[in-house]
Amino acid sequence: MATQRIYLDHAATTPVRPEVREAMLPFLGDEAFGNPSSPHWFGRMARAGLEAARKRVADALGVEVRDVLFTSGGTEADNLAILGCAMSACGGMDLARAHIVATPIEHKAVLAALHEAELYGAKTTLLPVDTRGVVDLDALDKVLSGTPKPTVVSVMWVNNETGVIQPAEEIAGLCAAAGVPFHSDAVQAFGKVPMRLDQAPGVTFCSISAHKIGGPKGVGAIVVQGRKGLHPLMHGGGQQGGLRPGTENVPGAVALGVAAQMAAEEQPATLARLAAIRDAVEAELKKRVSDLVIHGEGAKRGPNILHMSAPGTDSEAMLMHLDLAGLACASGSACQTGSVEPSHVLSGMGTPKDIAIAAVRMSFGSLSSQDQVPRIADAFDQVVTKVRALRAVLARA
Amino acid sequence: MTRVLVAMSGGVDSSVAAALLVEQGCEVIGATMKLFCYADDTVSDRPCCSLDSIFDARAVADRLGIPHYTLNFADRFGRDVVANFVSEYARGRTPIPCVRCNSFTKFSDLLAHADALGCDAIATGHYARAEGGALRRGKDRAKDQSYFLWGIRREVVARMLTPVGALTKSETRTIARRLGLVTADKVESQEICFVPDGDYAAVLGRHLPAGSAALAPGPIVTSGGDVLGEHAGFARYTIGQRRGLPGGRSRPLHVIAIRPDTREVVVGTADELARFDVALEEVNWLAEALEAGEECEVQVRHRSAAVRAQVTESEGERLSLRLLEPARAVAPGQSGVLYRGERVLGGGVIG
Repeated sequence: MATQRIYLDHAATTPVRPEVREAMLPFLGDEAFGNPSSPHWFGRMARAGLEAARKRVADALGVEVRDVLFTSGGTEADNLAILGCAMSACGGMDLARAHIVATPIEHKAVLAALHEAELYGAKTTLLPVDTRGVVDLDALDKVLSGTPKPTVVSVMWVNNETGVIQPAEEIAGLCAAAGVPFHSDAVQAFGKVPMRLDQAPGVTFCSISAHKIGGPKGVGAIVVQGRKGLHPLMHGGGQQGGLRPGTENVPGAVALGVAAQMAAEEQPATLARLAAIRDAVEAELKKRVSDLVIHGEGAKRGPNILHMSAPGTDSEAMLMHLDLAGLACASGSACQTGSVEPSHVLSGMGTPKDIAIAAVRMSFGSLSSQDQVPRIADAFDQVVTKVRALRAVLARA
Repeated sequence: MTRVLVAMSGGVDSSVAAALLVEQGCEVIGATMKLFCYADDTVSDRPCCSLDSIFDARAVADRLGIPHYTLNFADRFGRDVVANFVSEYARGRTPIPCVRCNSFTKFSDLLAHADALGCDAIATGHYARAEGGALRRGKDRAKDQSYFLWGIRREVVARMLTPVGALTKSETRTIARRLGLVTADKVESQEICFVPDGDYAAVLGRHLPAGSAALAPGPIVTSGGDVLGEHAGFARYTIGQRRGLPGGRSRPLHVIAIRPDTREVVVGTADELARFDVALEEVNWLAEALEAGEECEVQVRHRSAAVRAQVTESEGERLSLRLLEPARAVAPGQSGVLYRGERVLGGGVIG
């Protein structure tokens, strides 16, 4: 089997950066291991690390230090924003008065939270997206001026499957004008596209995750601008203003702090570097697979994602053969079992089913380089040929 | 080095099949065929198929250090197997979905995948022995699964490995324990995979149109035409069945025929179940086709013994046999599998 493997799944997760690992180590050792809530020296050591990390995250995003809460990751941040905001607006768990607005292309963490809210009586609205995967702002306008007025609007900054950038700043402006809280899942945006919350007034809540930017898994953050509008999902010792209680994951927070700072500082260079690689791969693949469909083509896209379908193939076989050829890709929407389900994002965009089931996502990052481009193109091309032949055999049988 | 695609169901047998091939130095790729989905598809945000079996297969593959993929055969399985299962019962027959799955879904698609992956062979955890292009009964006669494999194509048998076919079930479990496989002590499932709790009538109820004759009441009659009572749908009966029939007789009643046109379930004594003629349809050969006059043994149910038989007519996919000793409970839709000693010569669907 393939010996030289190429990692093309940075949107799924990234390796921990050496600087991040270094920064974590003191908090895993026997000096700065303390509980940040403790008043003694050990507690102070841990607290110092935790609060320095909070400051780093705040600076990286352009928000106040007190507005950053550490979470277990993007999923928790999304759930807290949506369910916490709805519970706050309704004064409890009966969400009959809540109206939550999102899009059909949100991450499952958002869509599942909406589904959960529905079980508690909430009304939900999914705004349409166009065929490029960009949310329809006119539809948002209508919802914002309609009744019941939305409790919270949640639109991701960059789509995790297609890489398409949503007009988050504009949405923030519209929501602010209507007095409606706005949440944006920025897990895929942060560190890839220009994104400063001090330049996007109106973003009430924002989710980020460490492991997408060279940090470890299991830690993320939510920005909460306006704490009164949020009800906690968990209840405990009152840490982080009671909005996210539980002894803080200090090493994780420290890691996120360093990773976020570096991601923000390097963002312009990252964008340029990854866009060049992505564009080169895209151009090569289009040359070889002439009918290749690029999802989100024509929309503004983040630099790191290439989501595409070779007609006459299917994601499942593509991913298997790409893996065996040494290319680690994703379909964008893998089921837990490894079986590939049609992507809800592509369905939301109205992509025809036979094209949607063939979707393959390559996502570039720290392990990517220009010199991989020819091998990626060769291997992808060969796998497309192989899978098309396989599909022809299976269709005959 | 031989590259092998192993069908891993998440059970102990295919786990050990994969493990043995790894031990033999093969380059092994594991695949689990997802045949249907338990998911409640009204809840789109829940994982679609949290089937433990797929996770078990993956855990075993991880333990063995081999890649593992899930192949989604659900569309084809629904079309070829579930739809046939339903239509056969609606015709008053007793289908064996495993045979159809092996014949039309699993093996040919698996071989196509194997070819695309550059594999020399496919392997499964069946208790049967594929050797030199011939298929034989498994060594463990209590577990022998050759009865279900008559319908696979001959070129598949030639490319097929059956590592546990030469083992007994307890030997298989011993190997699984020695290797620390999570599936070592997994309880064996005797059920049809897509029929939860063995309640096949519920599956039929979901797939058949409302008010379908197969699940509607009808008369229970004797071969002489006496009406003994009413049943709740002929699809709930199979030839030879005793359950669900009127009791209190000197000699127990068995279902001896099902007449879908009149919805009649015909009952009689055990003697009335005996048959000397068996007609097979959709015949597939795994050896040279037999001609009229030739002898073999035929097995008409999974758990029954093979009986000696003589071919009376052989034409294309149809074969007629005269049994030299009677077989009981010959049910249309079941398989008639032809053997000569240990070897499977072929088989067909009882007409």
